Amino acid sequence: MTNHLLSIEELGADGIREVLQLSHTFVEVSARAIPRVPALRGKTLAWLFYEDSTRTRLSFETAAKRLSADTMNFSVGSSSVNKGESLRDTVETISAMGVDCIVVRHGSSGVPWRIREWTDASVINAGDGWHQHPTQALLDCFTIEQRLGPLDGRHVAIVGDIKHSRVARSNVEAFTALGADVTLVGPRTLLPPSLDGWPCKVSHDLDAVVPSADVVYLLRMQNERMNEALVPSMREYSMGYGMTMERVGALADHALVMHPGPMNRGVEIAPEVADLDRAVMVDQVRNGVAVRMAVLYLLLGSGVELPVEGV
Amino acid sequence: MNADLVIRGGRVVDATGERRTDVAIADGVIVDVGDDLAGDRVLEADGCVVSPGFVDLHAHLRQPGKEDAETIATGARGAALGGFTAVVAMPNTDPCMDTAAVIREVLDLADGAACEVVPSAAITVGRAGEHLSPMAELAQLGVRMFTDDGTGVQDDRLMKRALEYSSGLAPFTDGASVTLAQHCEVDSLSEGGFMHEGAWSSKLGIPGQPAEAEDLMVMRDIALARATGARVHFQHLSTAGSVELVRRAKASGLPVTAEATTHHFTLTDAACAGYDPVFKVHPPLRTDTDVAAVKAGLIDGTIDAIATDHAPHTRHDKEKPFDQAPPGMLGLESALALALTELDLPLPQLIARMSWQPARIAGIDDRHGGPVAVGRPANLTVFDPAQVWTISGEAMASKSDNCPYEGREVRGRVRHTVTAGEAVVIDGEVQR
Repeated sequence: MTNHLLSIEELGADGIREVLQLSHTFVEVSARAIPRVPALRGKTLAWLFYEDSTRTRLSFETAAKRLSADTMNFSVGSSSVNKGESLRDTVETISAMGVDCIVVRHGSSGVPWRIREWTDASVINAGDGWHQHPTQALLDCFTIEQRLGPLDGRHVAIVGDIKHSRVARSNVEAFTALGADVTLVGPRTLLPPSLDGWPCKVSHDLDAVVPSADVVYLLRMQNERMNEALVPSMREYSMGYGMTMERVGALADHALVMHPGPMNRGVEIAPEVADLDRAVMVDQVRNGVAVRMAVLYLLLGSGVELPVEGV
Repeated sequence: MNADLVIRGGRVVDATGERRTDVAIADGVIVDVGDDLAGDRVLEADGCVVSPGFVDLHAHLRQPGKEDAETIATGARGAALGGFTAVVAMPNTDPCMDTAAVIREVLDLADGAACEVVPSAAITVGRAGEHLSPMAELAQLGVRMFTDDGTGVQDDRLMKRALEYSSGLAPFTDGASVTLAQHCEVDSLSEGGFMHEGAWSSKLGIPGQPAEAEDLMVMRDIALARATGARVHFQHLSTAGSVELVRRAKASGLPVTAEATTHHFTLTDAACAGYDPVFKVHPPLRTDTDVAAVKAGLIDGTIDAIATDHAPHTRHDKEKPFDQAPPGMLGLESALALALTELDLPLPQLIARMSWQPARIAGIDDRHGGPVAVGRPANLTVFDPAQVWTISGEAMASKSDNCPYEGREVRGRVRHTVTAGEAVVIDGEVQR
């Protein structure tokens, strides 16, 4: 792994496997009575979240604490950014404090790539615009393989608002890198304008895809998409692309239902579907901590012996 | 007659043809052409082409309002270094060039600049697309091109009225005609987009500006030009579709003209892959197919002029996230070299697209772009078409350095520029 984690493409198939393999260790650590190891003692991580995020930030925060890293939060809402400080000045200020890693989320695609040019710290992309959310993809891969074994040869349907989804972009790259077949399912208006070069199939017919799917990965459907005339109504969206109990009935017995959260029960997923055993959203969140521990360790813990046993 | 200035040993290329001759200048006018001419000052032009001065139909000089990015003085210096003896200044200043007072201010600031700065003016008040600007009053001050550049006139009826009104301004211009120049983009299709909509925008997760946003407005304005008989000039064509529309409109005899920028025939949307806003521009960089179409349009004459859309921005502004940074890139000092390097055009045609054709569109062909002949105003460019050099934004005269060609090796460089009889660039050094 290099010094940064910005996209699944940059991480590559070998990098993904390295993270997933190490994540098992941290699942084990997380299950201990005192789930903490000193692997990153003395390292400082800064959270730079320009966009609200509760779950991703808490997950990173938990991962860092379990590795004994120090963390600081650059709270964008109440800081110099509100006073008009530029992104570059903010990054250089944080870097000057001697942080080892900046974990950034930003509403604009590409911001982590710019930040990387302005700091010596490691940069982790915790979500940039519509573009990438690599740790989400890694925890999704981990969760699927935990339940179903290797992704190689599996069929994953990613359903819904692909166009505006950084989760979808990262997951297409990650699932296919590990050998899965991916079908994007949604109305044309919610697909990216061009899928040239995307290693996946496209369908507008969820019912036709469900029977052969090993995983149905649902994306969050946002209300504002209706204002942009991308779908006529939430009702019509649910009719075409919502995961109903009826559609669950067409799934193979082993097939999983996934969602990156937060869910809109009753829109992209029927309330009762979200509570099924095959709906693994809680596993995703739980694994997210272990996977992020693995990422932090690989980026920042080089040279530090990982105390796997007896800590 | 004793000449102030002699350009010696060059190969003259103008609309009348090519010949090897010296050119003598006195009091702002060409006073002699022939062999072995003498004068107070000699500009050596060995191995160089001597042509009518270049005219840029499209430059943002940022003054008044954004003097931290560029001023008329620094922009004109860059223009002179690029071989331009005249540039048409776009009206999206702050305040906007939509009143006589602002036009007068620009003309005042342009006095003594390194090239002639020709103000264009807005079609609508504040470029807001709602009310016509005082076009007759502005035309009286010498404005010959009107544009809301930065945005297109969205309202169909208002655009039709503007064309009708502008075609009756002869009483205010001593009979000269004026041209409405359109930034072709239907906002409802491209609003919220920051790069060309296509494979790259889809991969990068950047909202797109689709090609049809440009095509549709070109289509509409062709219909309006046909209906009104007024002259329409299409700015910075960037799509294969719009080039083809203009080609057909010209074939049907309509009085439309068009320009293309250097970046739209040298760069594609793939350049945005690193999210560096230096490659963010409006209209956006498009695909290989579009680049090929723009080149073909320039070569077959569908596109009349090579323009720069020189758009300086401070480093601070260009370090914003891609979607927040302002669009635009430098162009004045690299235009000639990019045209020579990238376009498969014989020299006379290439110079036509940089000199006399844009001069006619701008309505300044009484003093720019004319033949190199006795009695003509001395606005001349001397360039070495073979010199190889490496582009650097820092080295440019502009106050900004948002140059998208950093490190690119190109061929062809301006050696001397003579504006109104004065050598404003000598051996690549600007003199004022």
